Amino acid sequence: MPTASPLIKLDAVSKHFGEFQALKQVSLEVKRGEKVVICGPSGSGKSTLIRCVNRLEAHESGTIVIDGIKLDENPQNMRKIRSKVGMVFQQFNLFPHLTVLENLMLGPVRARKLSADKARETALTYLGRVRIPEQADKYPRQLSGGQQQRVAIARSLCMEPEILLFDEPTSALDPEMINEVLDVMVELADSGMTMICVTHEMGFAKKVADKMIFMDHGEIVEEATPKKFFAAPESQRCQDFLEKILQH
Amino acid sequence: MLVTRPLNKILVLLLPLLLSGCAADWGWYVVNPTTKTGMTNLRFLLSGLYYTVSLSLIAILISVFVGLLVALPGLSQKPYLRRINRVYVELVRAIPILVLILWVYYGLPQVTGLSIGVFWAGVIALALSDSAFQAEIFRAGIQSIDKGQYEASHSISLSYTDMMRFVILPQAIKRILPALGNQLVYMLKMSSLVSVIGMQELTRKANELVVSEYRPLEIYTILVLEYLVLILIVSAGVRWLERRMKTDER
Repeated sequence: MPTASPLIKLDAVSKHFGEFQALKQVSLEVKRGEKVVICGPSGSGKSTLIRCVNRLEAHESGTIVIDGIKLDENPQNMRKIRSKVGMVFQQFNLFPHLTVLENLMLGPVRARKLSADKARETALTYLGRVRIPEQADKYPRQLSGGQQQRVAIARSLCMEPEILLFDEPTSALDPEMINEVLDVMVELADSGMTMICVTHEMGFAKKVADKMIFMDHGEIVEEATPKKFFAAPESQRCQDFLEKILQH
Repeated sequence: MLVTRPLNKILVLLLPLLLSGCAADWGWYVVNPTTKTGMTNLRFLLSGLYYTVSLSLIAILISVFVGLLVALPGLSQKPYLRRINRVYVELVRAIPILVLILWVYYGLPQVTGLSIGVFWAGVIALALSDSAFQAEIFRAGIQSIDKGQYEASHSISLSYTDMMRFVILPQAIKRILPALGNQLVYMLKMSSLVSVIGMQELTRKANELVVSEYRPLEIYTILVLEYLVLILIVSAGVRWLERRMKTDER
């Protein structure tokens, strides 16, 4: 499935937060259709890395090129890239004052300039895909965490993105709701979406990942196929980390 | 309940006045609606209502608009934009309203060469003065919105204007509604100051009647009641609006 040309190309990307260096010369290539799972201890820079991909954080040095467009200060490039790159957040970040349907339609109507009818149609299609078509007229607070996260995924999908970024999408969920979200993500992966997921759900990673990445102290320490990654990671730090999270 | 509660408040407030009436030499005849002159006087006092209300409403609308325009640069990442916001707020906030009214009415025409009527001079002065406070209210309200809302807006590629219009401001305005209501009450009260430049609003009417009837106690008591009723209506309106906006989400 993955083709040869990289859809996302990061080259020597660095980023500081004050004194703290969150990313140190990180380079990464993601091909179209590829699924990348990033894990690592907190503060390792994994969230910062994917947040740089749609410029929620601005990188300081190095280059990020997405689908041939260079991500820089140019606001036009930024908007072009953001319309190609969807993001799902740990805290869902749904718009609390809008209904589910309105949450889903806002981007398509305002940014993609779809007609309201077309946007509604798209919204209902994706609500169906995340299996909550009946919640269209509710407000986010009336839904469970798992349902809210699935709405958030549908909201991203309504923008018809080429790439989806997931920033610890199941970390804020009660355990019994994690699977309903992961199931949707597996389906998305099967449909050929290019995905970068920051997650510690290793079962999910084993199932969908084409590439596993372990980050620590702002660096990519290990980059391997899931098979190799879980069986025989090269670095000691990665081995220790996996031991800790796979203990139980 | 809705009708009786403000009424109760009025009665409680009236009580000391009525009690003190035992001691003072009250002459309610000046505003006795059953006599011809009393009725005429009462009509005269109430005729200021139109200007008080229209002046306050127009001024608050302008000040909300200007306040929002001033608040936005105050939220910018760029220091020079934030400085514009600070200078405006600090400068305008430092001028007493009465001084601003006098300056706009007597000074501004000399600077600009345009003559401004009493009404618009009052509107400009009140709106200008209040806009600095509105700017601070908006800034606080917008800053209270979670940064995840901005990030979600960016992630669905919304422009800055769309993000503000559809995501941030609707939530911020809901939060600052009580503060905006406060400002409207404040504005209604401050509009009395415009009487000094001859604006025919409630206070001016009362002053004029006092000059001709020599009954300051009764006439100013009526004036107090006029403002009280106006402001209780505004408070009830704001509370109704708050409730309505809350039920939107349930």
